[in-house]
Amino acid sequence: MKPHVLVLLGILFGPRPVAAAERVEFARDVLPILSANCFPCHGPDEHDRQAGLRLDGPKSIAQARKSGVPVVPAKPEESLIWQRIVTQDPDMVMPPPSSNKLLKPAQIELIRQWIAQGGEWQRHWAFEPVRRPPGTLDDLVRQDLAGLPSPDGVLALRPRARPETLVRRLSLDLTGLPPSLEEVEAFAANPSDQAWEELVDHLLSRPQFGEHWARMWLDLARHADTKGYEKDLGRTVWPWRDWVVRALNADVSLGEFTERQLAGDLRETPSSDDLLATAFHRNTMSNDEGGTDDEEFRVAAVKDRVDTTVQVWMGLTMGCSKCHSHKYDPISHADYYRFYAIFNQTEDADRFDDNPRLELPTPEQQQRRQELQGQLELRQKDLNEARHRQAESELQGTGPWKPIAVNSGRSEGEALLTVGTDRAIAVSGQRPEKDVYILEGTLGAGRYTALRIQTLPIQQPDGQPGLGRNPADPNFVLSELNLDVVINGDLRRLSWRESRADFSQQGWPVAAAIDEDLKTGWAVSPRSRESHVAQFELKTPLVLESDTPVRITLSQQYGNSLLLAKFRLWTSDLAWGDLTLPSPSQEVEQAQKSVTEAQQQLQQLAGEIPQVPVLKELPPNRRRITRIHNRGNFLDPGDEVQPAIPSGFGPVPAVERPTRADVARWLVNAENPLTPRVWANRIWARLHGMGLVETEEDFGALGSWPVNGALLDWLAAEYRDQGWSLKKLLKAIVLSEAYRQESETNETLRQADPQNRWLSRGARYRLPAEVVRDQALAVAGLLSLKQGGAPVMPPQPAGLWRSTYNGRSWIDAEGEDRYRRGLYTYLKRTTPYPSFLMFDGGSGEVCQIRRLRTNTPLQALVTLNDPVYLEAAGGLAKRALNSAGPLEQRLRDAMRLAVLRAVSADEVAPLVQLQMRALARFKEAPAEAEALVKAARLQPGATPTPEAAAWIVISSAILNLDEFLTRN
Amino acid sequence: MSRNPLSFPPSNSPWGHLLSANRRQFLARGGLSLGAVALQQLLADDARGEAEPSAAGSRAPIPMLPARAKRVIYLHMAGSPSQLDLFDYKPDLDRLHLQDAPAAFLEGKRFAFIKGVPKVLAPQFRFSRQGESGQWLSELWPHLSRVVDKLCIIRTVHTDQFNHAPAQLFVHTGSPRLGNASLGAWATYGLGSENQNLPGFVVLLSGGKTPDGGKSLWGSGFLPSVYQGVQCRTAGDPVLYLGNPGGIDRSLRREMLDTLARMNTVEFERSRDPETLTRISQYELAYRMQLAVPEVMNLAQEPEHILKLYGAQPGFVSPAESADDPRVLYKGDDPTFANNCLLARRLIENGVRFVQLYDWGWDHHGSSPGESIDETLPIKCQQIDRAISGLLTDLEQRGLLEETLVIWGGEFGRTPMLQNNVRSDFKKGFVGRDHHPFAYTMWLAGGGIRGGLAFGQTDEFGYYPVANPVSIRDLQATLLHQLGLDPHRFHYRYQGLDQRLIGPTDEGRVVNEILA
Repeated sequence: MKPHVLVLLGILFGPRPVAAAERVEFARDVLPILSANCFPCHGPDEHDRQAGLRLDGPKSIAQARKSGVPVVPAKPEESLIWQRIVTQDPDMVMPPPSSNKLLKPAQIELIRQWIAQGGEWQRHWAFEPVRRPPGTLDDLVRQDLAGLPSPDGVLALRPRARPETLVRRLSLDLTGLPPSLEEVEAFAANPSDQAWEELVDHLLSRPQFGEHWARMWLDLARHADTKGYEKDLGRTVWPWRDWVVRALNADVSLGEFTERQLAGDLRETPSSDDLLATAFHRNTMSNDEGGTDDEEFRVAAVKDRVDTTVQVWMGLTMGCSKCHSHKYDPISHADYYRFYAIFNQTEDADRFDDNPRLELPTPEQQQRRQELQGQLELRQKDLNEARHRQAESELQGTGPWKPIAVNSGRSEGEALLTVGTDRAIAVSGQRPEKDVYILEGTLGAGRYTALRIQTLPIQQPDGQPGLGRNPADPNFVLSELNLDVVINGDLRRLSWRESRADFSQQGWPVAAAIDEDLKTGWAVSPRSRESHVAQFELKTPLVLESDTPVRITLSQQYGNSLLLAKFRLWTSDLAWGDLTLPSPSQEVEQAQKSVTEAQQQLQQLAGEIPQVPVLKELPPNRRRITRIHNRGNFLDPGDEVQPAIPSGFGPVPAVERPTRADVARWLVNAENPLTPRVWANRIWARLHGMGLVETEEDFGALGSWPVNGALLDWLAAEYRDQGWSLKKLLKAIVLSEAYRQESETNETLRQADPQNRWLSRGARYRLPAEVVRDQALAVAGLLSLKQGGAPVMPPQPAGLWRSTYNGRSWIDAEGEDRYRRGLYTYLKRTTPYPSFLMFDGGSGEVCQIRRLRTNTPLQALVTLNDPVYLEAAGGLAKRALNSAGPLEQRLRDAMRLAVLRAVSADEVAPLVQLQMRALARFKEAPAEAEALVKAARLQPGATPTPEAAAWIVISSAILNLDEFLTRN
Repeated sequence: MSRNPLSFPPSNSPWGHLLSANRRQFLARGGLSLGAVALQQLLADDARGEAEPSAAGSRAPIPMLPARAKRVIYLHMAGSPSQLDLFDYKPDLDRLHLQDAPAAFLEGKRFAFIKGVPKVLAPQFRFSRQGESGQWLSELWPHLSRVVDKLCIIRTVHTDQFNHAPAQLFVHTGSPRLGNASLGAWATYGLGSENQNLPGFVVLLSGGKTPDGGKSLWGSGFLPSVYQGVQCRTAGDPVLYLGNPGGIDRSLRREMLDTLARMNTVEFERSRDPETLTRISQYELAYRMQLAVPEVMNLAQEPEHILKLYGAQPGFVSPAESADDPRVLYKGDDPTFANNCLLARRLIENGVRFVQLYDWGWDHHGSSPGESIDETLPIKCQQIDRAISGLLTDLEQRGLLEETLVIWGGEFGRTPMLQNNVRSDFKKGFVGRDHHPFAYTMWLAGGGIRGGLAFGQTDEFGYYPVANPVSIRDLQATLLHQLGLDPHRFHYRYQGLDQRLIGPTDEGRVVNEILA
């Protein structure tokens, strides 16, 4: 007899083979039918609602209408929905033929039974609060198995798997790598519970743990090393990937993991790691294709962030609500854009340079940069001094230019202009955005053909020289230059003819200072830290017979305080053609050269320092207004909305203007029903090969029902209540008997539970893409355990990278980088590494919730012929060649290196035969043996080449064994 | 298991009928020494498989509609050819040539590159009526004009995307964003493959570049990855990793696979995991593919008159295929595309369900002579003209055209205006048109489509449709319909939605007017 509570649990959870008399469960059996077939027109979407009828709540189904009551408890034939479903009248029948929906007789019968039972409404199971069921994990599995209508006693937990199998299983599950033979032997010698727990703790503490579990997170985070779309250029995100590995190894709680990635930049004093974590949502794609509208792809990226956030944490799809209110789940069209409004306030905007970015120099780079900056400073100083000396000598000398005697100067922006003894005009005091300098002076009798401005650097607050007044950008923009002569008390403006300067910024030529357009001007970036001269020719020479007052106006209208800090004014009487720009003295030239060198070194260093795209909130005065996009089209804006978090999934923080940080807190709030279920299910699925809810990506009304709902809630509660610790949850699972069951089975058991949905045996499934490769390299003794750093390019067939307009190429790595873990392989979105793609790896283009496992001939071709696996075969052959003894024993040992268990003589009989045939063939054809040994990169040493080649064939066969490719 | 009859489990493999008759066949043919017990178990397993039909014959599920086409050859011209210089004849543009474009063209429009007021650009080539159907074709189609009566030319295709990558994704996956399944993936998911030794969905590239949308254009999206297109290459291994490593010949490979099969069968006896059996058969299929793929890819087997019909040259490797900028190497007699057309026929003939060709180099903005209407377009047309007419002729003479749907087109059209952001003057080698999503030309042939039909009409400038507009969704709906798959009901459950090629709304419709 089963205790009462179990009967209840059995009813609440789990679509199991339904016995004839079993009760219909509304949430499990009927709600999905209504959701899929009725709610599109009679559900939450107000826009498409027909006849004002809603069927998505307990009140609305009981509400009387003109034609009747939708659901009359216990009376199907009196219930409106039943009448409309079974009517023969094509104008009346529901769902209408035009909807392309058709209820099956079994579904109609379920609806009838439900009404007959009383027509009681239940909420969708996943939106109900998570409560921890009594008992242990194993109790819940056992109870579930016991409740199945199968031949008595057939389904029960299977015995534990062999110790060797268990160690391999655990090591692959927790670290993605096979254990060493020594680890296997140690546990096999003492397979106690204590030894098992110690092994679990040991594996959880290995740095390879974080690398393995990061892969799951990178899939969800749609991580890749390129930007996507047409050009698919490279992007530096690997520092974020390394952060994920570190965070997982440190077992940071899901709360912190969430908050830092969604909103690390919003912390009070964010650390560099906090900022780096936000690169999570900068993994969205950018479109650099010519002629694209940046706003279109910025919007696409923000929508991706919204969709990914809800998908990853809550297992719901918000995609539908982009265009209209959700048809089944409680998310309206406006809800979507209110939530979107929270994410719509970051600075990034599909820019080519992916700004804003976080610079992450290594300590060495930082030191090097400091050194170089110091050097540059000194050299710049030398240069300035050299220039100064040259200028001074010109000032004293009899050159073609004479300084203007400026008497006074004022600024419209109320800055202070002072004239020094060296005739230089220095600006201080007020620092407006824009300014006009007006200088009064006197020109003596004589002829004047041209005016010259010499801009002079001042020492900026950072200790560097700079020409302008804005320390952050010491450039200036001289919008317009005017010279007026005072004749008889009237100002007479002189016209310019030509201009030249020793240097002009691109797009800001010196001629723009005399084009009578205040929007244009002369500027000098990036050389805004050194002196420059510009000279301007008068249209007609000015001839003065006596001292005459003049006024010189320097208008600087760019804004951002790009204003001159110090300058001198000169005149000349020579013909324009003779007024060449001053050539630098030899001393200046030398100094300039060494400054340029230091600048180039700094620039080169800057190129080597990783710059990772990160989230950065817009300042309040630049916040975007968010409007609903009608039918999802950003060019068709509707009503303005204010940021808000959707209600209906646990408590919403009571703040007026929720931020990403509030979203993070809401997602991991203990009362959120979805987050713990979704995550527990996901983690379970990574160990068991399939989630308790098979549709890991959909916990909404149309998702699949959990096979063991009590177990799911137990796991969810365990995860949440143990501080959202991934390692603790994993430990709880792997310590269970359910996890440690043997995966071998017999025909009767397999038939009773064909897909092992009821956990009636240990899980057995083909390893994920990266693990397939890492494992082969590991048993071959080739795998590098180097952690972190820029992605690497292991061999792939030539000519795969052919993106349009993308000159980058794939260069097969040599040395250690050839054999790094799969996590570190360069992932180009439009052309992913082929062998991972073939083993169901993703492209990182969109959030990938789970990988659907396939079994294809292309996979066979990879593990047979891809050079990576051939080299792995070479590595394994090398290990095997070290053995001695009879052939059979050597083959047993070789196979044991891969499958990590004792191998019987019977098992290797086929290998013995293969070895002999291969050897015979290679003896006949030594050139072939040579070719194979070379391709496998095996250095046979003293072993004759034909024998070495035969061992490669053997090793390749072993690496292709189903048992080897499988976690069992 | 889904309740919808069209949601097949992933075991409905595009790799043929592996799980049923096949498994038995390889056991019988492969000369494996499996124990009698194991064999019995394998057979018993077959009989029990839930998704499996009776052992005999095809396992293709009954389509929901009568199928008019069994296979598809889709010829995509990546970059988008100018409909106004090839198919949609607009003499009125001559009248306005190099005058400012009428304001109505520009108001409220977004262009990829055009800025300011552009000039109208006349058709750059002569047009004449061709064939019994009297369809207008430009002089760039001397060969196509001979088979024009087989074509249904739709002049009013319109899209809502005007950048290459999103527009290509929209045409091929039904969504301008990534993550959806491609046409070929849907077709093989719905219908499986007819050949056990070849992939059901094959992709061939030419023009020197991968199309802008990348591999996602033939990806499986949310469908299981077995349904993604397999790119067959003309240089290197035709299928990645197909060739054995140096030193391992076919007989040694056979020995290895026999060894593996024996050992894996023992493993199966232990585990009872049907995946192990599938793996054994997939290794066998890989072995057969190693012969079948190079065989089908070997154009040298074709007789001279057929090679000539297409303008194909077996073994030719174009320098443009590996150039940084292939456009500067384009030559009219480059046979790469012709080779791919001939390969397409051979693949179709061998039961491949969906053959997708992409030819890059059709983005003729006029910013350089390598991408201009006046200089590049004639070269590109020369590369494909004979090849396509050869393909249609060949398919017909083999009785294949009736059941093979051939589709030709780009991802959008080109403007009636001269593109003016690079040069404002009309200069040889710099004649170009910008992207134009509102109306452009595609054509269909075979597969139950009416030949000799010009469908849809655009206004006098070719700017907008004025009669019978056809959206990308309409085209997709029509394609599925011809394959016998009801576009509205054919779906795959993912993320809580019944995902369909034609998207969530029902606006896509089968263009019944063009059906034979």
